[in-house]
Amino acid sequence: MDKNNNNSKPTRRDFIYTLTASLGVLGAGASVWPIVSQMNPDSSVKAMSTVEVDISKVDKGKEITVMWRGKPVFIKRRTEDEITKARNISLGELPHPETDKKRVLKDEWLVVVGICTHLGCVPINGKGEYGGWFCPCHGSHYDTSGRIRKGPAPTNLEVPKYKFVGNDKIIIG
Amino acid sequence: MSEYSNKKNEEFSPVHTNKVGGSPYTGVIGWIDNRLPIFRIFKHEYLDFQVPKTLNYFWSFGGILMICLIFLIITGLALGMHYKPSADEAFNSVEKIMRDVNFGWLIRYAHMNLASFFFIAVYLHIFRSLYYGSYKEPRQLMWLLGITIFFLMIATAFLGYTLPWGQMSYWGATVITNLFSAIPLVGEGIVTWLWGDYSVGDAALNRFYVLHWLIAFLIVGIVVFHVIALHIVGSNNPSGIEPKDTRDTVSFSPFTTSKDLVGMLVFILIFVAVMMFAPNYLGHPDNYIPANPMVTPAHIVPEWYFLPFYAILRAIPDKLMGVIAMVSSIAILGLLPWLDFSKVRSSVFRPIWKQCVFLFVLDFFLLMYVGAMPAEGIYLVLGRIGTIYWFAFFIILAPLVSIYEKPLPMPQSINEYMDWKKKGKIKTFNFTG
Ligand code: HEM
Ligand code: FES
Repeated sequence: MDKNNNNSKPTRRDFIYTLTASLGVLGAGASVWPIVSQMNPDSSVKAMSTVEVDISKVDKGKEITVMWRGKPVFIKRRTEDEITKARNISLGELPHPETDKKRVLKDEWLVVVGICTHLGCVPINGKGEYGGWFCPCHGSHYDTSGRIRKGPAPTNLEVPKYKFVGNDKIIIG
Repeated sequence: MSEYSNKKNEEFSPVHTNKVGGSPYTGVIGWIDNRLPIFRIFKHEYLDFQVPKTLNYFWSFGGILMICLIFLIITGLALGMHYKPSADEAFNSVEKIMRDVNFGWLIRYAHMNLASFFFIAVYLHIFRSLYYGSYKEPRQLMWLLGITIFFLMIATAFLGYTLPWGQMSYWGATVITNLFSAIPLVGEGIVTWLWGDYSVGDAALNRFYVLHWLIAFLIVGIVVFHVIALHIVGSNNPSGIEPKDTRDTVSFSPFTTSKDLVGMLVFILIFVAVMMFAPNYLGHPDNYIPANPMVTPAHIVPEWYFLPFYAILRAIPDKLMGVIAMVSSIAILGLLPWLDFSKVRSSVFRPIWKQCVFLFVLDFFLLMYVGAMPAEGIYLVLGRIGTIYWFAFFIILAPLVSIYEKPLPMPQSINEYMDWKKKGKIKTFNFTG
């Protein structure tokens, strides 16, 4: 295009081309970003991200389901038997090795997001081969610690961020 | 050289910015056609256009697909005037369409069943192309455009199915959007972005509605390309032999148009019978239960037309690989023109490939059956066998058969083909070719 090929020094025209192209890319990026970003969760959705749950009425061996960020959260008060079952297992046998201790704050209470880590169905309590949950969609089995034991799900049920407030309350999120 | 032009005399060439004229018509039509050549194009492409005279009823499905698309858009527009795309109102607005809106039941049942019949027609259309080698030179681009349309159809049918916001809508939407979470690193972020929330909800439904419309019109756009390309390369035909002169062809109108009309009428008759007597036969009863984010139905299944691909997803025990297999099971169709390099187009003259194609059709139905069954025991085994054959058909059989198969003797022209057929020298479907 320019006649000074033999001269490797950039010309003023090269400078203009580069500047125009860079500004063009920048401008295109700046106009695409808002269009892409508007699809992410908005501030009102993000603001609703904690819930407080009263757990004083949950009996041993029972489970309640609460809604958090549009998803079910299982709060299970485990029996001694269920706790032992979750603990008497070597990590080597688990597809996604995690100790039960690491997954709970208090031994009795297991809190997990009730969304199968395969493709997002809600697993059914008390079903399946490991005494925990069974996902009806494509057959994933979870144990009494919410860990995946068999089936297509790649990881354990997610433990959300939560804390106890006194003995009767949990705040999730 | 003028003061205002830097072109030297020998560089001049005349320009034709004003092309008014050339219409074969007179009067008002001629006046318009001289300025906007739509009538001329229509005459050239739809009245005088030459097509092989051997076309059988499998060639009616292109036109049938067109009719389906037009009526999907018309009924969709009518539904859109009453439907409310919000998680609180969607289900009730659809019930209102069914109970209160004048002819709402008819319009919705038409839209629902047209979606199913659209897929019936497209599967037959694709089978036609496979069996008669329509994907081969020079029609590769038509085949690729067709697969693009098929992908878009899948997308828009999936999005449409979420709109009534029943249990199947909700859980179908959850499972399918979660497929993206299989992508390493960015998967979760993409899913949240698609949802506009931390689960499928109001935000997702609203955008699904917008995209359901948009993609429907994108399909119209690609169909236009598909048809333009058809009018460049011309129709294939059951013999797979290219027509040489007008002894091998008939003009599109009235010959093809009247034959297509017969095909369409039969199709419409069957469609209307299903829509009127069994409007929910092809759907799932759970979709009349309002969406409940806390409970997944015991047995979720996609619409019947997605079952074969769903079976492939479930045949593979790994999440990411399952998703890859499902997407590639369709995308791989796009490679067929290059994987099958036999010079002979039509399976009529390809004794081995013909068997492979029939087995492929059986495999399609096997996978469809498996997709509707729970993913366990014998169904997992069958699903895996079906998946293996599906991919082997393209990757192994197509090239091997191209190399080793000995084609049957071929007639020299379309007329000779018809002659041989009449004498019983070649066996074909007796499908009025
Ligand atoms: C490419 C063609 C299209 C296909 C394959 C398709 C497919 C579908 C399907 C499967 C449903 C769910 C039916 C049900 O279970 O109730 C649906 C619903 C709907 N579609 Fe479409 N559609 C198409 C084009 C359109 C167009 C062009 C519009 C609007 C301009 C539209 C508007 C709607 C509306 C408002 C609904 C929700 C009402 C209902 O569920 O009955 N569709 N569509
Ligand atoms: S969604 Fe739970 S097994 Fe697939």
